[in-house]
Amino acid sequence: MLAFIIRRLLQSVIVMLVVALVSFALFRFVGDPVSTMLGQEATVADREALRQRLGLNDPFVMQFFNYIARALSGDFGISYRLQQPVMELILSRLPATLELALVSGFFAFLFGVAFGVYTALNRRGWLSSGIMTVSLIGVSLPTFLIGVLLIWVFAVELQWLPSYGRGDTVWIGGWRSGLATSSGRYAIVLPAITLGLYQMTLIMRLVRAEMLEVLRTDYIKFARARGLSDRVVHFGHALKNTLVPVITITGLQLGSIIAFAIVTETVFQWPGVGALFIRSVQYVDVPVMAAYLMLIALVFVVINLIVDLLYYVVDPRLRVDRGAAKG
Amino acid sequence: MQATGTLPPAHRRRLAALTGTAALALAMTAVSANAETIRWARVGDALTLDPHAQNEGPTHTLNHHIYETLVGREIDGGLSPRLATDWGILEDDDTIWEFTLREDVVFHDGTALTADDVVFSIQRAQAETSDMRGLHGSVEDVIAVDDHTVHVQMEGPSPLYVQNLTNTFIMSREWAEEHGVEEPQDFAGGEESHAVRNANGTGPYTVVERDPESRTELEWFEDHWADQPDITRIIYTPISSDSTRVAALLSGEVDFVQDLPIQDIERLEEDGDVTVVRGPENRSIFFSYDQGSEELRSANVEGNPFASPEVREAMALALDRDAIREVVMRGESQPSGTVAPPFVHGWTEEMHEYPEPDIERARELMAEAGYPDGFSVDLHTPNDRYLNDESISQAFVGMLGQIGIEANLVSQTRSLHFPLIQNRETDFYLLGWGVPTFDSQYIFDFLVHSTEDARGGWNASNYNNDEVDALIQEMATETDEEVRDALMAEVWEQVQSDRVFLPVHNQLLAYGMREGVDMEVPPNNQPLMFEVSLGD
Repeated sequence: MLAFIIRRLLQSVIVMLVVALVSFALFRFVGDPVSTMLGQEATVADREALRQRLGLNDPFVMQFFNYIARALSGDFGISYRLQQPVMELILSRLPATLELALVSGFFAFLFGVAFGVYTALNRRGWLSSGIMTVSLIGVSLPTFLIGVLLIWVFAVELQWLPSYGRGDTVWIGGWRSGLATSSGRYAIVLPAITLGLYQMTLIMRLVRAEMLEVLRTDYIKFARARGLSDRVVHFGHALKNTLVPVITITGLQLGSIIAFAIVTETVFQWPGVGALFIRSVQYVDVPVMAAYLMLIALVFVVINLIVDLLYYVVDPRLRVDRGAAKG
Repeated sequence: MQATGTLPPAHRRRLAALTGTAALALAMTAVSANAETIRWARVGDALTLDPHAQNEGPTHTLNHHIYETLVGREIDGGLSPRLATDWGILEDDDTIWEFTLREDVVFHDGTALTADDVVFSIQRAQAETSDMRGLHGSVEDVIAVDDHTVHVQMEGPSPLYVQNLTNTFIMSREWAEEHGVEEPQDFAGGEESHAVRNANGTGPYTVVERDPESRTELEWFEDHWADQPDITRIIYTPISSDSTRVAALLSGEVDFVQDLPIQDIERLEEDGDVTVVRGPENRSIFFSYDQGSEELRSANVEGNPFASPEVREAMALALDRDAIREVVMRGESQPSGTVAPPFVHGWTEEMHEYPEPDIERARELMAEAGYPDGFSVDLHTPNDRYLNDESISQAFVGMLGQIGIEANLVSQTRSLHFPLIQNRETDFYLLGWGVPTFDSQYIFDFLVHSTEDARGGWNASNYNNDEVDALIQEMATETDEEVRDALMAEVWEQVQSDRVFLPVHNQLLAYGMREGVDMEVPPNNQPLMFEVSLGD
């Protein structure tokens, strides 16, 4: 067990280093940070001096190793654009993104399961067909369009919900939360729906397919033969057995919700790390881009590590096989 | 109109330029004492509160509310007194600028403004890490003569220096030393400077809250030297998505929006609660080409076709500016035959005129120049810097096709496009140029003068004319206005006849605001909330 964890941790470190190397290689194609950092009156000499100070004239490999060396000591540099330490900047934006990801993940799971069960049980009902059709739109429309449509309907026409921002926030410990205020709760509704719509459709279709599968199995027939009520059959036996893959998928999707919140955050001016990243790309803010990509790599690595460990714990066969192979 | 007598000089000067109704509104504001909040949105946030760290429009705009400059900019481009009540070149020494400071000015922390703070601030703006140093390059020394008089010793006669001061903010020396911010942020260093998120200015508003890229709240500073403005609280929010920004205005979540997308102007005007105000921006959009090199980098012919005056004239005749205005800009532009916007000193009606497109004549010229079958060349354009920049270039590609020039459009983000110009890696490009000093010298220095030292940094057309260079240098130190204007006219004539640029239009600005907010569009795109009046 310990050897397995150590091996996986070492692999994770290598993955992180590769991500850093690839992203560093790509930064050179994003543009020249100096041209955006200095105003139009700057002279050729000014630009050259700044390039020299930032170490941009060093060979690519040297820039990479310098970055890694500093990052290992916890120094991720200063944002070229906002002039704040990068780690502090990302950590201050992270709560907004995590709250949005959790709320939209919760929304996707709740409604996905509910709609999935309903459409599986009432396969031919008009409401089911309606839900299935609308869900197709949910998968096929790009996120920013859904966001704009929701803003138009609920913020401009009905004026029920705010069109941008996070509302009021309060500090709870070291965490800056918008969920604790009523304006914050109003503000999260539209972005959470926008971000979670695709996942919701995914979960709904998964639950529906699994339910249909399970409802055809023998043990459901026996349960019905025993005279159990529909409620117990559907929720106690059928749904329970469909949830294992659904939970796995939801867990894995949480990683992509965090990583792909970029578009949603931009549309709703949500002050999270995704919006920070996209503006950093426009400005060629190399320190922020590098740290963000490392962070996202870390999120995926950690989630995968946990999933692997869970399999190891849950499935005894994995352990036996390894033991046998070694023997 | 009685109330105007109590207005500060800055307002009094403005009045002269305003119409009767506006003046009446302004006079009424002097008596109204209601606390009013304005919620203000634009595409991006100020990058920092440090007044000398970034020479960038949105950063200066926000800082103008917190800090103050010696002189301000009027709507018509003229100068207005801010911290300096009087300024001029000494009569007995034309290398010294004298500034007389306002008497009753205090910083937000309560300390009084003295000449020493001005000395400190100009020196700070000259520091190596300052982005404002280019504007103070010819300053040799700054001296506090007494508590309210400052002398700036220039390297030579610099009649235009005061024009460079409209964005150089004055800080407190004591505050800067206390917080270790004697120099602007060094990006290579590891620490965040205290001045990035904290400020101690003399401006009409103090910072209540600063959450970068999310929300900045400012409040009226009661000890400010001027009368209380209509707007006493500002909530400033960047909203980067165009549609969201417009939606926030329509739903009443913000009161004032900058950076309106052109395609939304029409529908905003149909909404009863929203007013759209337009004004010309001090920014010209133009094409230019490398006419100085022996060979082009991307052309399919030997030599340099852009070196031929006939080819340049043919291109000018192929450009249909009115079509670009109608189709690409939806009427929201001012076509022009020169790269100087009308407020700029040296602009004339004659330069502004542009020819009707004439494809027949253009084809003849191409044949005369030896390119009857045309040639192909890359056209570089930004796609996220100016209003519809990519579409303008696309339209011109089609027009050039009619005279046999096959332009391959290379459309890129600003951080890739501008280095091509700065490093001279482009043959043919689109560029927009604002003139913060409102004087033609600025255009000549950066775009026309050949590249040497501080001049010619953006001259990617590689235009190199020794006579013109000499005239530009002479103009920079000429203190006699008439002589200087004559030199300027001479340079313009040469630039226009050599077709250094192929001007398209001057950009227009559009602001959207809630009914009741009364604001003009300043050409430098720096709206000042303390000058806004609120109707009831």
